[in-house]
Amino acid sequence: MSTATQETTASSYVPSAEILGTVLARGDRPARPGALSASLTFGWRAMLKIKHVPEQLFDVTIFPVMMVLMFTYLFGGALAGSTKEYLQFLLPGIMVMSVVMTTMYTGVSVNIDIEKGVFDRFRSLPIWRPSPMVGYLLGDMFRYTMASIVILTLGLILGFRPDGGPVGVVAGIAVLVAFSFAFSWVWTMVGLLMRGEKAVMSVSMFVLFPLTFLSNVFVDPETMPGWLQVFVDVNPVTQVVDAVRGLMGGHTNGAALMWVLIWGAVLIAVFGTVTMRLYNRK
Amino acid sequence: MSKQDLAIETEGLVKTFGKTRALDGLDLQVPTGTVYGVLGPNGAGKTTAVRVLATLLRPDDGQARVFGLDVRKEADAVRGKVSLTGQYASVDEDLTGTENLMLLGRLLGHRKPAARERAGQLLEAFGLADAADKQVKNYSGGMRRRIDIAASILNTPDLLFLDEPTTGLDPRSRNQVWEIVRLVVAHGTTVLLTTQYLDEADQLAARIAVVDHGKVIAEGTPGELKASIGAGAVHVRLRDAAQRPQAEEVLARELGASVQLEADPVALTARISGDETKLGAAEQASRALSELSRAGITVDDFSLGQPSLDEVFLTLTGHPADDDAKEDEVAA
Repeated sequence: MSTATQETTASSYVPSAEILGTVLARGDRPARPGALSASLTFGWRAMLKIKHVPEQLFDVTIFPVMMVLMFTYLFGGALAGSTKEYLQFLLPGIMVMSVVMTTMYTGVSVNIDIEKGVFDRFRSLPIWRPSPMVGYLLGDMFRYTMASIVILTLGLILGFRPDGGPVGVVAGIAVLVAFSFAFSWVWTMVGLLMRGEKAVMSVSMFVLFPLTFLSNVFVDPETMPGWLQVFVDVNPVTQVVDAVRGLMGGHTNGAALMWVLIWGAVLIAVFGTVTMRLYNRK
Repeated sequence: MSKQDLAIETEGLVKTFGKTRALDGLDLQVPTGTVYGVLGPNGAGKTTAVRVLATLLRPDDGQARVFGLDVRKEADAVRGKVSLTGQYASVDEDLTGTENLMLLGRLLGHRKPAARERAGQLLEAFGLADAADKQVKNYSGGMRRRIDIAASILNTPDLLFLDEPTTGLDPRSRNQVWEIVRLVVAHGTTVLLTTQYLDEADQLAARIAVVDHGKVIAEGTPGELKASIGAGAVHVRLRDAAQRPQAEEVLARELGASVQLEADPVALTARISGDETKLGAAEQASRALSELSRAGITVDDFSLGQPSLDEVFLTLTGHPADDDAKEDEVAA
């Protein structure tokens, strides 16, 4: 980027009454966009941001690869006798863990937009109120799907063989992405509440570490002490892992799927409502 | 003035943040079709007022109507009529100029081709066509301010809030922004402009409200305000430092005001009072200058200065613009 060109543009500009007059003429205002259209436009913005700042995809590409490799080889021998055996158990779990962990970036983006002042411009527009939020989440669903595909590909290379076949795998990823969409509303709320992106990150660590580790991602909960099992059993991450494992493994777990559905609905109802309340009051 | 002619009307508007009363009974009446200046130092409540009027903040108490619409109860209808540009309402730095304007165009209901066309026209009109495909974070300060304004007139609004539109700009960019503001108003948009510079309000605004601690402490046309606070100061530079005591005496007598000796041994400044005489500041100054030459004092250089915001504040409130406000400025 040369500063020279900018300087000439900046200094040679003289506002012309004629040209500005043309753009200022009051034309017919188009009808307001609908809820879906406005949300999709914000989703398009999220895509443009990925295009301009591709580094933000590291956390859905490099990070999941690291997670899979680390935990497969760290625990594989000890927990299942061989890494290949363990991978059959671990891969759906680690996929859920990685994706759920990346949901917190939704909160970070919301927070950065507030700080940069972009947010106020959106809030002053006559559009469906939740659409900027839904837009973030649409962009993030793309990221979640991408992370899932990266993990799946690596898993297949390392020897993961899902009995559920392509249909089961796609269904598993769909359930995970849908749950993450619902779960992200927690972070839109946190993003609106916190003063800076660092605060958002530290809050998210407090929530995400217990939620992902105290689950059935790495080991069968039956080996855990009773009090811990109580938490693990109600942990939504456990339900999502059960559901995804079931779908990918070819033995659909109806109960887990139902719990995921209930959790998703509750998360959106509670955190979606709080988010929109904060958004309107901010 | 009938109510129909008011773009903005507030009564006893209050907004508190913790213990700070950012707005403490703000009363504004902004006529349509003009530039209305809100003048005050940092921390006076200017930005809070704009944010309440643009429906971004809910007031704690009082009334605020924009074109007769209540900002609380009819927020959505207000949003359809107003647009804002300022420190806290900006475009997305990561996107290009075209992308930003297309994004907003689509959010305002334009279809993709129409949004693209409108974005192109605006970039052209604001002298940004060359930078259309560059990310906004690479724009210079003046370009940045122009794209912000372009973004707020995507659909020509009935009321445009410009929150300190020239803070931090070089004089050339500032003049460009001023020219744009004049053209926007000429096309029927009402502009509420907040500023820290009396000069800027004087250049653009038909009426000015001076705000301090969330209240309007003075209101009127620029002329009325200046008359109430004194017209400014005349700065004089002499050839010979030895003549300064004599010059001081002449100026004090002619202008009837206190004369300040500057650090520079040949310079002195005399304040001109605006209300005691019917003469304008320039006439008073020229009369004083001819008195100096009659007294045989050689004047190398002189200038007529506007009263600064600090002087305005000192005169209106008896205290200078807040110190804590200055800290804000450093932090920002």
